[in-house]
Amino acid sequence: MSLLHTTERPPALLVLADGRVFPGVGVGADVRTNGEVVFTTSMTGYQEALTDPSFRGQILTMTFPLQGNYGTNASMEESGEIQVRGFVVREMTDLPSHWHSTETLHAYLAARGIAGIAEVDTRALTRHLRSRGVVMGTITQDETAEEALARLHAAPDYATLDYVAEVSTATAYDFTDPLHALGPQPDGGTPPHVVVLDLGVKRNIMRILRARGCTVTAVPHLTDAETILSLKPDGVLLSPGPGDPMLLDHVTTTARGLIGRTPILGICLGHQVIGRVLGADTYKLKFGHRGANHPVRDEITGKVYITSQNHGFAVDGDRLSDDARVTQRHLNDGTVEGLEHRNEPVFTIQYHSEASPGPNDTEFLFDRFMTSVRSLRESARGGR
Amino acid sequence: MREEGIRSILVNSNPATIMTDEEVADVTYIEPLTVEVLERIIARERPEALLPTLGGQTGLNLAVELHEAGILDRYNVRLLGSSVRTIKLAEDRQLFRDLLTEIGEPTPASMIVESWEQAQAALDLVGLPAVVRPAYTLGGTGGGIAHNLEEYERITKSGLAASPISQVLVEQSLLGWKELEYEVMRDGNDTCITICNMENLDPMGVHTGDSIVVAPSQTLSDREYHMLRNSALKIIRALGIEGGCNVQFALAPRPDVVGWAGSDEAECLPYHVIEVNPRVSRSSALASKATGYPIARVAAKIAVGKRLHEVENAVTRRTTAAFEPALDYVVVKIPRWPFDKFGTGDRTLGTQMKATGEVMAIDRTFEGALQKAIRSLEFGNRSILWEKPTWTGDPPMEATDERIWAVLSSIRRRIPLQVISDRSGIDPWFVERLARIVEMERTLLSEDLTPVLLREAKRLGFADRDIATLADRLPEQVRALREEWDIRPVYKMVDTCAAEFDAVTPYFYSTYEYENEAPPTARESVLVLGSGPIRIGQGIEFDYCSVRAARALQAAGIEAIMANSNPETVSTDFDTSDRLYFEPLDEESIRDLLENEAGDSGEAPRTIVQFGGQTAINMAKPLTNAAMPIAGSSADSIDIAEDRGRFGEILAELDIPQPPGAAVTNLEDALSTANAIGYPVLVRPSYVLGGRAMEVVQDANELVRFFGAALAENTGAVLIDKYLVGPEVEVDAICDGVTVLIPGIMEHIERAGVHSGDSMAVYPPQHLTDEQRDAIVDYTTRMALALEVRGLMNVQFVIAPAADPNGPGVFVIEVNPRSSRTVPFLSKVTGVPMVQLAVNIMLGQSLIDQGYTNGLWPERALVAVKAPVFSMSKLVDVDTFLGPEMKSTGEVMGVDFTFGPAVRKALIASGLDVAPGTPFLLSVSNQSKAEAVPLIRMLHEAGCRLYATEGTAALIQGLGIPVEMVTKRLNEGHPNVVDVIRDGTVKAVINTVEGGRAAAQRDGFHIRRSATEMRIPCFTSIDTVRAAIQALAHPDSYEVRPLIEYRDGIRP
Repeated sequence: MSLLHTTERPPALLVLADGRVFPGVGVGADVRTNGEVVFTTSMTGYQEALTDPSFRGQILTMTFPLQGNYGTNASMEESGEIQVRGFVVREMTDLPSHWHSTETLHAYLAARGIAGIAEVDTRALTRHLRSRGVVMGTITQDETAEEALARLHAAPDYATLDYVAEVSTATAYDFTDPLHALGPQPDGGTPPHVVVLDLGVKRNIMRILRARGCTVTAVPHLTDAETILSLKPDGVLLSPGPGDPMLLDHVTTTARGLIGRTPILGICLGHQVIGRVLGADTYKLKFGHRGANHPVRDEITGKVYITSQNHGFAVDGDRLSDDARVTQRHLNDGTVEGLEHRNEPVFTIQYHSEASPGPNDTEFLFDRFMTSVRSLRESARGGR
Repeated sequence: MREEGIRSILVNSNPATIMTDEEVADVTYIEPLTVEVLERIIARERPEALLPTLGGQTGLNLAVELHEAGILDRYNVRLLGSSVRTIKLAEDRQLFRDLLTEIGEPTPASMIVESWEQAQAALDLVGLPAVVRPAYTLGGTGGGIAHNLEEYERITKSGLAASPISQVLVEQSLLGWKELEYEVMRDGNDTCITICNMENLDPMGVHTGDSIVVAPSQTLSDREYHMLRNSALKIIRALGIEGGCNVQFALAPRPDVVGWAGSDEAECLPYHVIEVNPRVSRSSALASKATGYPIARVAAKIAVGKRLHEVENAVTRRTTAAFEPALDYVVVKIPRWPFDKFGTGDRTLGTQMKATGEVMAIDRTFEGALQKAIRSLEFGNRSILWEKPTWTGDPPMEATDERIWAVLSSIRRRIPLQVISDRSGIDPWFVERLARIVEMERTLLSEDLTPVLLREAKRLGFADRDIATLADRLPEQVRALREEWDIRPVYKMVDTCAAEFDAVTPYFYSTYEYENEAPPTARESVLVLGSGPIRIGQGIEFDYCSVRAARALQAAGIEAIMANSNPETVSTDFDTSDRLYFEPLDEESIRDLLENEAGDSGEAPRTIVQFGGQTAINMAKPLTNAAMPIAGSSADSIDIAEDRGRFGEILAELDIPQPPGAAVTNLEDALSTANAIGYPVLVRPSYVLGGRAMEVVQDANELVRFFGAALAENTGAVLIDKYLVGPEVEVDAICDGVTVLIPGIMEHIERAGVHSGDSMAVYPPQHLTDEQRDAIVDYTTRMALALEVRGLMNVQFVIAPAADPNGPGVFVIEVNPRSSRTVPFLSKVTGVPMVQLAVNIMLGQSLIDQGYTNGLWPERALVAVKAPVFSMSKLVDVDTFLGPEMKSTGEVMGVDFTFGPAVRKALIASGLDVAPGTPFLLSVSNQSKAEAVPLIRMLHEAGCRLYATEGTAALIQGLGIPVEMVTKRLNEGHPNVVDVIRDGTVKAVINTVEGGRAAAQRDGFHIRRSATEMRIPCFTSIDTVRAAIQALAHPDSYEVRPLIEYRDGIRP
């Protein structure tokens, strides 16, 4: 066994576009990287976060200081690759302890070409981000801070890029998972079919649908409504994903074409897109909501749920059309966390009921989606 | 409660806690916690509801008893927080198992048994090793892990005896599994949250109260974390708790443990639910301090109907209590065990909790938090580098209080880490972290100190002192290097949200990083030093004093800064002071934080060392040496009182008598001193708290034996004093340099020789002559002035008229120029705000300014009896006789208008109550036989059946009183003394001993241990017996009133 000696790792810098510099040591791949610097307060789930497509284009800071404790394992991956552009931690262990760990976090990052920086005063960084807002940054080992800053200023800003195109599947595919067999059918009939419009979907969303007895087809983000409907879905899920929903007019058009023709569940970016269809604006939050401890209040029942969140943009509920209403709000800042169409089987959530990482408290919302999927199937059958 | 406009009535028998201070609740009763007392309070106050869930297991048990006695129904009192059904569900093993099975949560194979016969049958189901858990006991008292049949029988029987319903659970052992805890909370609208999860470094098999605990968990994946969280939330919902709840889990550490061949069988390994506490618990207190989330406060609000989202998050003030704290640091808790005082105690840790207290430390690295926690334990010479001299080859890996050091030692001996992990069951992650510490030790031993190396060592939590040892420097040199190289700690905030929001809590911990969040406070400030972990000799009384000190400072417009390492205290609530430093109370940490407070001005705030027990007073000298100012009595005053020679000179000058004696440093001088003053003599090391290694020595042989032990304490001199037989009297005084106020005199029920902390004490004294009283006041006043005390002082006297034929017969035994453990008791019964007066003196006010004058404060028309509480039933192999070495861990108070009822209530509250007709076993030493005669007669008159050992039986027969002789020789026929105790024939024991500890251990150890294990009163001092028998005359004629009515003399 060898210890990851930070003194044996090359010094590295995290340079922010506003000029603030955080020294540390390089971990993972020894390459330069740019991205929007964000933080998550989730204390566990680093591998799920690293592979979450919603983090595409971002440099992720973990506020919990010890990372890599339980190593890595393919079963914790939420997509086929590491999505973050850089990883910032206080301390990364090279001595994981877990029965299913196959690779250290450091080796995992290095093998996939992703740069990280450790030994950073991540609390100071977090305090900086929360007071001035998220900002572009770069991790570097072979430049002065000034050089890195100049390079960073010449690089494109996070807000201008369409990351959905990068993370969405290129071709449609049926999701199967050897670890998660197709769940049983309550009525013994054929499985319902859910089409997932992949804007950066997490595997756990599809696993949860499979566990509820659905066959799942993921389709590329550019797929239009008619093509989706031609797959004869019993329901459509608009997935989470990275970036600004305002860049996604084509998806908005697709969503508009689906409402009223099939049950729809929108999650995170999917929620924001549907919000736009329903007349709302979207806007960028100062430092986003990222963590596993976000309280959301159901406006109807008054109950509070602890949710997993990862978003930098939010829906402004003010100009919502009369067809829709806000169903849930964030308890801390009152931002919109859920929407519902008054007449059609369409509902959305800003947070991640699929967890992974995070609490499973709202997984029942998938049951609610399944209820509308199944009841529409019933009525369709009855009408036949 | 008050914030919600609710009038609260608080009942507790403990005078030492800040909780029973008048300003806390609207009405405060300091009365025994019995159904009878509670019923009388309920009848008088007619409360709408009862909140038992904040009073630990005692509170829950009482709530159930009140319900079953029909009292709650009769007075229409609602139960808040937890229903009787819930309490029973969580505590009754079978009901709980049924519930878990119903909701699909796994529990280990087990069986409820109510007799030894049933227990034998249960073995077929669960197998050995088996865990034995008694129902309805505190801290798992009476339980344990049985590895073989013999242990199984012993533990099962003691568990059956410990359980008030004679019920134990015999359970499949999950030895070696990971142990985890979740603190969860639920409101009336079914919103559920997790406050904190914690991972025990010690695997299953060690009581969580005896485990080193880390928060949050370190070796769980996200999936595992949430699997257990889901289970905890499911359980709190199923139990229907409105408030806090603690759920303990065992999680299989590896697939092979559960017989799985590969890792592809499932993503998560099996777990079991081990225990649920449907209340605020010790773990909740830890979780509160670890996260900054005030669990008790929120639980109380929920109990009265608030929803989580309607309670403000006091930390951020802009979010609510409905969220889950996110930590951005690591917390380590280490229990504080009493084995430094109970050298003969069995150090093995199991399911029965043995610790008396705990420390907590926070850092951004695990190593840093662990090392700070070890420093916080205040084991003078046991730093991280300590090794037991007897360890050779492979240090022992079984669970004891020394295991963490044994693991470090094993790593130093290059035993493979995997082997250490396999043998100890400690997860490799933790072992590897410890290996990093050892690796740094090696580097420090072999390489020159450089700024990079020193910084790295500090980030791993190495104390200057340990770096100095390893790098062959003096601690002060290491400190100087740190200053030169600018390696100083920064202070980060505990804010519940990992810096996501701006927080207002001034709750800080040190770490070696870059950004400091605690700039010096702008206003004038004073630092109050707390007292560290609760241990024998230094209990919760000092928390009371620290909290009062902080409030007094605030009332005077001064910013109060608190430093302490104990998560179980109110002083470490972030809203007690203006700024809280959760830090070890050692020189390094205190100087660091004072330097931080000094900032660029270089002027450190003054430090109050009087209220944190010996821990704080010990800081006076190092702080003074470092040119940091002390508020109150100077380091020199403190030194005079503790230095036998200097103190003797002052007393001689003042013409105040003390027992003859001297401070010696070698055996030869000890023997000649003892010869000169005559035996018996009292032998003790100087500068030692709680009477550790203190002995009454009868002859030269014993002196030779004990002198070595006293010298081994390494405190320099050993004091040899004439042991004067007589009642002991104690006073607390307050002095401003001119005026000396004595709030009250307390007389001990037991004669001198029993440690003052273990004695029952009465206020006001019942047997002093006016001349003695005047002498006490005069001596105290003159000593306080001569010592230049500024603040509090405690003096202990012995009354021995025979030794002073021409004077009042009052001798000074000891003076402590600091707050004593009697300050809360005396403040409450006299109404004199002692701590506040002392603090104001330190701030420059005189006693006259504050409306007080010289001399003894007028005695109140009440009688208050303070009685010690022991936790010895949990410490196997510890002798329970009372002697000069303190053994108690807490105290209770009985208060009434006259002595009899007051002492009776004190006995009830401390578990020494005996009813008329109780069968007694007597075994009285020759010295006390004469004194025992009237007591034997009184027992007989009270209808008590008497059993006695050989000599005592002869004495009783000689009085013409019927008695049954029981042999004390255990191998000479039955029934012997142990039999009659164990089979319940006798319900109380009187066993007095004479001579020193050796004699005591020869004689009657089994009697006392058996009585302790059967939880029946065991009197080892004839004086306590006398008080108890006198109290028999007042079986039910006691009052039940708020304290203030007794104090103001509102008689019926």
